[in-house]
Amino acid sequence: MTTAVPPKGTGPLARREARLAWGLLFPTIFSVAMVIVLPLLSIFWISFKPIGLADLRPPVPVAREQLRGKPAAAGDLATIEYRLRNSSQDQVIEGVTLIDRWAPGIKVVSDLPEGCALTGTEFFCDFGTIDPKYNNKMQIDVEVGQAFFDWGGDPKESEPVLTGSADFVLTNSDFTLENFRRVFDGSEFWGVFGVTLAYTVFGTVGAIVVGLFAALLLNREFRGQGVLRGLYLFPYVAPVIAVAFTWVTLFDPTSGSANELLIRMGVTDEGINFFGQKPLALIMVIVFEIWRYFPLSFLFILARLQSIDTDMYEAADMDGASPFQKFWYLSMPMLLGILSVVFLLRFIWTFNKFDDIFLLTGGNAGTRTLTVNVYEQAFAISNIGAGAAVAVIIFGCLLIFSIFFFKFISREEGL
Amino acid sequence: MGALRKGSVVGPVIGILWLFVIATTVAVTMSFITGNGFRPGLLGCVVIGIALGLAALKFNHRLGLIGGTAIAAFALSMLGQGPVLVSETVSTAQIALTSLFVGIGAGWPMQWMLSGHPMGDMTRHEFEELVISFLTGFGYVFFTAIVIIPFYVMVMTSLKSQQALLQNPLDFTLDWSKGWGLFRSYVELFRDFGFGSYLATSMIVSLITVFVTLLFSVPGAYAVARLRFKGRAAFSRSILLIYMVPMIVVALPIYIIFSMTGLRNSIFGLVLIYPVTTIPVSLYMLQGYFRGLPGEVEEAGLMDGLSRLAVIWKITLPLSLPAMASVSLYVFMIAWNEFLLAFMLLDDPSKFTLTRGVAMLNSSEVPRQHLMAGAVIATLPIMVLFLGLEKFMTKGLTAGSVKG
Repeated sequence: MTTAVPPKGTGPLARREARLAWGLLFPTIFSVAMVIVLPLLSIFWISFKPIGLADLRPPVPVAREQLRGKPAAAGDLATIEYRLRNSSQDQVIEGVTLIDRWAPGIKVVSDLPEGCALTGTEFFCDFGTIDPKYNNKMQIDVEVGQAFFDWGGDPKESEPVLTGSADFVLTNSDFTLENFRRVFDGSEFWGVFGVTLAYTVFGTVGAIVVGLFAALLLNREFRGQGVLRGLYLFPYVAPVIAVAFTWVTLFDPTSGSANELLIRMGVTDEGINFFGQKPLALIMVIVFEIWRYFPLSFLFILARLQSIDTDMYEAADMDGASPFQKFWYLSMPMLLGILSVVFLLRFIWTFNKFDDIFLLTGGNAGTRTLTVNVYEQAFAISNIGAGAAVAVIIFGCLLIFSIFFFKFISREEGL
Repeated sequence: MGALRKGSVVGPVIGILWLFVIATTVAVTMSFITGNGFRPGLLGCVVIGIALGLAALKFNHRLGLIGGTAIAAFALSMLGQGPVLVSETVSTAQIALTSLFVGIGAGWPMQWMLSGHPMGDMTRHEFEELVISFLTGFGYVFFTAIVIIPFYVMVMTSLKSQQALLQNPLDFTLDWSKGWGLFRSYVELFRDFGFGSYLATSMIVSLITVFVTLLFSVPGAYAVARLRFKGRAAFSRSILLIYMVPMIVVALPIYIIFSMTGLRNSIFGLVLIYPVTTIPVSLYMLQGYFRGLPGEVEEAGLMDGLSRLAVIWKITLPLSLPAMASVSLYVFMIAWNEFLLAFMLLDDPSKFTLTRGVAMLNSSEVPRQHLMAGAVIATLPIMVLFLGLEKFMTKGLTAGSVKG
């Protein structure tokens, strides 16, 4: 008699289920791999490349075809002219060939240029290697026969087809450490890094403290509670571009309402350049960050507050706990979990933030963070390689954060 | 400390602080409404604050407190020492209105905070309750002000003319005699700047994004929530990791690839990218919801001979309509508000989305009121959606707000 043993390994049903699961996940995995993971990996490649904004177009040979001489009747002479150009100013193109289909009834009367041949109506030329800035014309005298006029088409209709391979900086084997040297060079990098840290830490903590305050305010039943809750979410729901430009308008040094108000109130004599002075601009950007993102932490914390059991507070009332004691010894411990989750997530997201600072100050006046620096290097200075190098540094920082993230979050939220 | 915890000490202190809060609020409000100079006055606030603090402890009479405060404020203002100081151009009627606002704003809350508290020694409980009610009142005023002011400025600036703005940036009074002429900036944006087409482009791009996101993430979320397979935990973790990739890092290679393939300056290119930025969030939100659904209903469906896909289509989806609404709204909001990619990938004004169009208005050649009108146009649709479907939106935000 054999004892029953539970089946081992995966049975056909389980295998089918797993297959279905991967099938359902495939669209997501594929699209994320193409749009997020692939670019992420390529950023490492680019960061070691000496590439600028202008190098993005690979050098190609360009040709223009012309029929000169205006032939009017059969037997007239004409000239076919090709103008060949190298689109690049500093790179050679190798193996350049040209193929063009000629109109019927055209007879070559002069010698064909070297490397060229005509088979039927197909015209072929091999130019070999052309130099940078190459720009030459080539003329072929021809006699136009009756067949051309019978045909009646436009000889320009068939565009010449060109081939040629050039050394493209993104795909060749040139590597350089220059990008990283540039980024780390001088004191600039540590300044940017310091600004990023200040922005991230104060922005995150500020948004959470203000959000906690707002959540405590709304954690009670009264008429209009729903209206206020909706109202307090406005800064987050509105498009960043709209609110950022509103702030810029509001705090404009010459025509801003805020400055006018301060002048009228006697706080200051002349307009303060809120987004253009060195320490003030950073403070304003952090204040904006707090203003725009307190709704998020407020929403999280309020949801947690409302799920706390009221029995506990009743018991504390019986024991004579004062309101502050109840907050500090009862509510705070209950909120600690959600607070740390919100802190970590907001920290990472504030670190990644680009739009807000870019729109408010453009990274000027001591507000350039790492993300804004990516844009500055790649597009303002037109050095894509250096921008990619900064992006790699950001990515490195995020890897460190994400280790923390999973250590804490998975414990708190059971994700 | 204990010796100071007397009603006769705490009351006036709270009174002074509250008077400052109200005086500042009223001053700012009146300035923004009338364009004249108003500012809080130290002496008036202290005098009225002390008196009101003591009175509120003694008399639990709302109208009396409001009236008394308003009259005192008006009298002191006429003497030039009111809680709100005014410039010479302000008329007596405006002073009276200001005093009335101070009366309502100070008298009513002070009655709510202080009535029932003793003149003499307070218990720790009473004292802390008083402090909390003061902070609560302050919080309501503070948050409402900081949220409303920018939006008020945005709307009002868009309705003004360039001249009026330069003359007095504080003056937001509207010239009603202009009638429809008030909306000149909006008319010009739609007529000369092509905002009609930007609005349509944004709408199309956002709707396609919502559709594609749901199409991809619903099956994915179902698989993560219901099916057992190796690597499920690893998968849901890596989905969270995708959250943390900053868009600017990804945008650079995308810019390069799009430049080389000619996808830049095309709506198609944008629609290729947008859904992928929202699929992970959506998948994460939906799988949380699917897990909360009772699995028995689906198992019953399977027993009755439905295939898995039919179960998703006929049972899970109808049950999760509220979650789908939340996710759709949230994704729509992200796509509608997206700025970075639209800014980097679109240069051709005929293909702009709304956010890109507003960014174009930020130049010294375009007057401010046009910029603000553009901001209003970009904000209004999302606000209407938000206010109309707040319940779903709040749910979506709470579930998905890991993404910034």
